[in-house]
Amino acid sequence: MSSSEDMSEEPTAQVVLEASGIRKSFAGVHALRGVDFRLRAGEVHALVGENGAGKSTLIKVLTGVYQPDDGELHYLGAPVSFARPAAAQEAGISTVYQEVNLVPSMTVAHNLYLGREPRSGFGLVDFRGMRRDAENLLEDLGIDVDPRRQLGSLGLGVQQMVAVARAVSADARVVIMDEPTSSLEPREVETLFELIRRLHERDVAVVYVSHRMEELFQICDAVTVLRDGRLVHSGPMYEMTRLELVSTMLGRPLSEVRREGTTAFGGDHETGSTALLRATGMSRRGVLGAVDLSVKPGEVLGLGGLLGSGRSETVKALVGLQSLDAGVIEVDGRTVRRGSAASAIRAGIVLVPEDRKAEGIIPHLSVRENIVLAALPRLSKAGIVSRARQDKVVATFMERLRIKASSPEQKVNELSGGNQQKVMLARWLAMSPKVLLLDEPTRGIDVGAKAEVQSLVDDLAEQGLGIILVSSDLEELVEGADRIVVLKDGSSVAVLTDSEVSVDGVMSAIAEGGADE
Amino acid sequence: MSEVTAGIRPGSRAHLVGLARDYGVYVALGLLVVVNLAITPNFLSVDNLRTQAVQVVPVLVVALGMALVIGTKGVDLSVGSVMALATAMLPMYLGYGPVVAVVICLAVGAAAGLLNGSLVAFIGVQPIVATLALLVGGRGLALVISGGQLREVRNPEIRELGAGSAFGVPYTVLVAVVLVVLVSLLVSRTTFGRQLVAVGGNPRAAEFAGLPVKRVLLGVYVLCAVLAAIAGVLATARLTASDPSRLGELIELSAITAVVVGGTPLSGGRVRVLGTVAGAVLMQLITATLIKNDVPASVAQMAQALIIVAAVLVQRERNAS
Repeated sequence: MSSSEDMSEEPTAQVVLEASGIRKSFAGVHALRGVDFRLRAGEVHALVGENGAGKSTLIKVLTGVYQPDDGELHYLGAPVSFARPAAAQEAGISTVYQEVNLVPSMTVAHNLYLGREPRSGFGLVDFRGMRRDAENLLEDLGIDVDPRRQLGSLGLGVQQMVAVARAVSADARVVIMDEPTSSLEPREVETLFELIRRLHERDVAVVYVSHRMEELFQICDAVTVLRDGRLVHSGPMYEMTRLELVSTMLGRPLSEVRREGTTAFGGDHETGSTALLRATGMSRRGVLGAVDLSVKPGEVLGLGGLLGSGRSETVKALVGLQSLDAGVIEVDGRTVRRGSAASAIRAGIVLVPEDRKAEGIIPHLSVRENIVLAALPRLSKAGIVSRARQDKVVATFMERLRIKASSPEQKVNELSGGNQQKVMLARWLAMSPKVLLLDEPTRGIDVGAKAEVQSLVDDLAEQGLGIILVSSDLEELVEGADRIVVLKDGSSVAVLTDSEVSVDGVMSAIAEGGADE
Repeated sequence: MSEVTAGIRPGSRAHLVGLARDYGVYVALGLLVVVNLAITPNFLSVDNLRTQAVQVVPVLVVALGMALVIGTKGVDLSVGSVMALATAMLPMYLGYGPVVAVVICLAVGAAAGLLNGSLVAFIGVQPIVATLALLVGGRGLALVISGGQLREVRNPEIRELGAGSAFGVPYTVLVAVVLVVLVSLLVSRTTFGRQLVAVGGNPRAAEFAGLPVKRVLLGVYVLCAVLAAIAGVLATARLTASDPSRLGELIELSAITAVVVGGTPLSGGRVRVLGTVAGAVLMQLITATLIKNDVPASVAQMAQALIIVAAVLVQRERNAS
């Protein structure tokens, strides 16, 4: 594996921006532990790493949002420190964010010059000049849009182009793009790439952050990989294979991938012979390409793939919370109505969502009310809820899942993350589901609770539930799952069984899978 | 597996502010009663108590519905116009007998609620905007229906509803008491009530839990409008006249005040029915106390403003802690 030293052997263009030994910590947590980063004029430089690797912190240091605790920034050869984002922008470092940070109700031209409108005499805005400038800029960049159009009336892709144009119009030498394609259609991505190539011709340096492998290899010249706040690799893109890049990102050298597990999962499960849940051809424009999967009773099916590969969207689609353009979902051979949460629940498919706070708990209600929430109609007669039946269900599950609360009446937002997660599990187990979907079930909970949740998943599978497990923790995924469906760019690209269910297997599938090659 | 709770310590500031929010309205009400006992002549007289009770009924009934809507993080500005619609319809159908006429009034209320609820639940219009439309248009429609005239109501049953009493308690007050009990049970005991609170507390999580979020929202706005229509009928009965141009004017503000002062947060996820009752009574008593002691009405309004600010402050601190 190459190191950052390799860069010096590439005598290319002028270095426009250089960061050395950058350290930054927040309340004792080290986000960056001495990172070097060198950006040359006209290059498209990929900045990659898993969540929490320090990418966004580094970007924020480069753009003046954060001040580094230690380390130096050199811009165009001179040491600099940007006190505010505006200072970096004035110097020529612009940022294009994942979400379009513009004003949808204003015209394209207004958005391009928002906050720095050309003035005529008397300090009034020179609208004619602004429109003329906008027309020239857009034409220069090859963006075919009328500057008089209202921004909100345009597609997301075009809006993203306008955001880039805005960044460039400020005479930028460096443009930082943070997941610019996450909401774009493939066709729109092409247009964006065309724009990036034009930036390249103008000798503008681009820092490109994305989780999408194809894009990185398609558009980037150089790559810097961060992991746990450290620089682990920096060098030309062509020197790396996809597999190398994935393993560098995840920090799992290919040679030592196989080792004993650290999760609480047991071995494989006895699984039934016929599928309990079968989904075929699930697709949604711009979100899911084509996902096929099936789960047998007693089986834990893992969903693998990088962030943004469509894992969460897939499980949401299965429970009717993500609308689909096409696809068939069957439970026990019976088709479930698409896009209806009620139908999915009736069919026995339930989801413990990824974002516990936003999508799971009702914060101000008690543990009891959170547990019985979905089951309320079952615990009621003629619309009147039976308190006795509630208490019985709640007592059963609090004991079975060992939920630690001072009483069932304690507010759920006063519990620890692990206990909140158990409350979510209890909510759904109270519905006696057939298929349990778990999206990142152990994220943000402490080690003990993690082990409890993992062994609970094992127990539930043994009792004959079909389980779909989504986890970014590769080890958890590999050890928890009997079979793994690997997703990439919204499509299922591989099914791993038996011995293929390994960290290695998942990484190869992520690196190699995909129909585009 | 370490910490069991991160609960609020008894005696801490957050705890005290929480108590103030939950019980402050009762304390304030108690204080006001004590003050009145001391300074207001004949405060405890049956006549006075009855007058106060009768006067608070329309606001109280409207506030019950408002509390439900606010519990879902919404608001219903159209309640006054729904009252106007009800009072405009009532005299037109009294020919078919009082029961039919009242049922028609309530049906009109339900229709208004369906309109509000559909805009909010299915089209996704913000509640304040959706109900603003009916606030403006509803009263206009009421004036068109009634020809803009004030009409005397001569029907004896309706007049009896407004003026009569059983065991010394006015009928209108009895109706209000029954409604308080019903709404209270609705919130605490029914599936609908619990779903309503969950939808207000975290709409996205409620959707993920498979709750019929849209149906709940629709139902809440229908209930609120029907309650407003009931308030319209009761107020008409008491006035013995139908006055669509004035009836229920600005009542939405009094109702929201009663709800907020009663401890129901505008941020949703909580409905305090008894608190709302206390809030409505408190605001009524403040006005009455000041007027009875020859303080101008303008001062009463300022006193109410102070109470509102205090109630909002208490809630804000709770949220911040």
